[in-house]
Amino acid sequence: MATLQHSGSGIAASAAATLLDMRQIAKSFGKNRVLRDISLQVAEGEFLTILGESGSGKTTLLRIIAGFETANSGELWMSGERLDRLPPYKRRVNTVFQHYALFPHLTVEENVAYGLRVSRQVETTISSQVEQALARVKMTAYAKAKPSKISGGQQQRVALARALVKRPQLLLLDEPLSALDANLRRQMQVELKSLQREVGISFVFVTHDQEEAMVMSDRIALLRMGELEQVATPREIYRHPATAYTAQFIGHTNLLRVQVSNRIVRCNSLSWTGDLPDGPALLSLRPENIRVASSPGPPALNRVRFRGRLRHQAFQGATELLQIECSDGLIFFVRTSARADWQGELEFEFDPGDGLPVRESAERT
Amino acid sequence: MFSRTYRAVVTVPPLLWVTVFLLVPYLLMFCYSFWSVSTSQNVVHSWTLSNYRQLVGVHVYGQTLLRSMWIAARVMLFSLLLGYPLAYFLSFYAGRRKDLFYQLVIIPLWVSYLVRAYAWKTILGSDGVLNTLLQYVHLTKHPLEFLLYSPFAVVLTLTHIYTPFAFLPIYASLEHIPRPLIEASQDLGASAAQTFWRVVFPLSIPGVLAGATFAFVLSLGDFLAPLLLGGPSGIMISNIVVSLFGAAYNWPLGAAISLGMLVLVVSLLFVSEGLEKKWRFS
Repeated sequence: MATLQHSGSGIAASAAATLLDMRQIAKSFGKNRVLRDISLQVAEGEFLTILGESGSGKTTLLRIIAGFETANSGELWMSGERLDRLPPYKRRVNTVFQHYALFPHLTVEENVAYGLRVSRQVETTISSQVEQALARVKMTAYAKAKPSKISGGQQQRVALARALVKRPQLLLLDEPLSALDANLRRQMQVELKSLQREVGISFVFVTHDQEEAMVMSDRIALLRMGELEQVATPREIYRHPATAYTAQFIGHTNLLRVQVSNRIVRCNSLSWTGDLPDGPALLSLRPENIRVASSPGPPALNRVRFRGRLRHQAFQGATELLQIECSDGLIFFVRTSARADWQGELEFEFDPGDGLPVRESAERT
Repeated sequence: MFSRTYRAVVTVPPLLWVTVFLLVPYLLMFCYSFWSVSTSQNVVHSWTLSNYRQLVGVHVYGQTLLRSMWIAARVMLFSLLLGYPLAYFLSFYAGRRKDLFYQLVIIPLWVSYLVRAYAWKTILGSDGVLNTLLQYVHLTKHPLEFLLYSPFAVVLTLTHIYTPFAFLPIYASLEHIPRPLIEASQDLGASAAQTFWRVVFPLSIPGVLAGATFAFVLSLGDFLAPLLLGGPSGIMISNIVVSLFGAAYNWPLGAAISLGMLVLVVSLLFVSEGLEKKWRFS
């Protein structure tokens, strides 16, 4: 198991104790099966992202953990206790809602104090805890403001403080950054991640944005139509996607449908030698693994070379994504450093070792 | 944007309506309230404050006004006590039957006010449904007289009539509460009762204020229910105004009382609107 990417946490997901254990969770709304057979563990202090398209069931899964929905079958365990039998208000789990859900009639301070007041804590300890929580998210200056008077990013921070002041064992975040504009969002991603490391609480973060998932997570659980497609660290899931769906959803990829016989791999008019079992196969080849051939002539050892016409060129700042059409109809996406005006017929090459076999994603309805 | 003729066609009729049927009558009433009536029952067109002096000085007017306000206050209270739980149930627990229940609350409004008032007369009278039933099951030996022709009958009838008016704004304000707020409250450890008193109720206050204002103001000005069911002890201020304009033929005094009520009601509306604004967030 790979160690975590974020140097600050310094623990391996496999080494830390399991905090939350989801066992074969299934949920249907009427005939619509939203979740089927979800088994997933969250480690102590882990930042786990549930990534999926809309309709994949990610929010439902989060709501089951929070206690707003009940699973049709399966069990939830947290620190050796059945969690799914407790009502929401008895779970040591708190949620940051998608649109923050701050109480509009209470000030920032009162919002943060809410969870402490309802549990009847002493007023003096409440005020010191609220003060601390607001300082942590840098919102002390707005303590007396009503939520409608502060910006989206500030509301986001207050929602975080309100949940964290309860000292939950687990914090759930339901697409909390989706309402923010791109710049603020990148800033909040970093802040949120460092806050998580600081408080050491496990975060379960739901998003549909794969870049966000990559930046923040210790592990990503990719959900597709109610089933887990793959659970792994961001690097692992990017470098070794298990299925065609994963390869396409996490970053860009070229999916090559090939035929193997006697270690000869054929893809339309291209062929190379490779260590694959006989029969049809699906290979994922990342655009950055294809290069523009430096000089014409025979390819370097173990390289596959092909010619193609430039169909489309998308400038993305540091890099460019080229869409190349070969004479046999095959389409390749190629990532190059942005520098030249590519034109006409070009020659490309790739290392066949970069073409990773992936499973065909199962059909689901 | 729009042509002159179009704007004229759209704006002139309502303006005319307001002028002819509202502004002019108000102005006339205002003038009348400063005139007086001679012994031969002719209106004397000379300015005097005697009507307003009577309004303050004569005991019966102040007393009736106070009684009317007391009846209106009870109607308001009972309408809220009935309307709020009903609205709460509909908004949070009725689920798919929400629309059906909503229609059931609205339907009585289609029935004429008069019919509903008469219905209570039939129910509460000494030969009425209620008394017959009570004697039939031997709970009482004689018809209960206080049921009809009493402030009780007026409060009951007006509560029945104005509860939907209290219900509607409360229901609207409850429907406006974003449901994630309820979940956030539970998530932070609040029980159902805490969630209600700390989140739901404060956010429904604008609706409660609007509903209370409707019930109070509409009952305060009512004259049919006291006329039909009030009896001598259930007379309200509007009944006095009606008799002053009718049998007593004292338009100036009637106008003065009406204007007094108008001022009272308009100030109430201002107060309630100010409070509503204070409790409106978003």
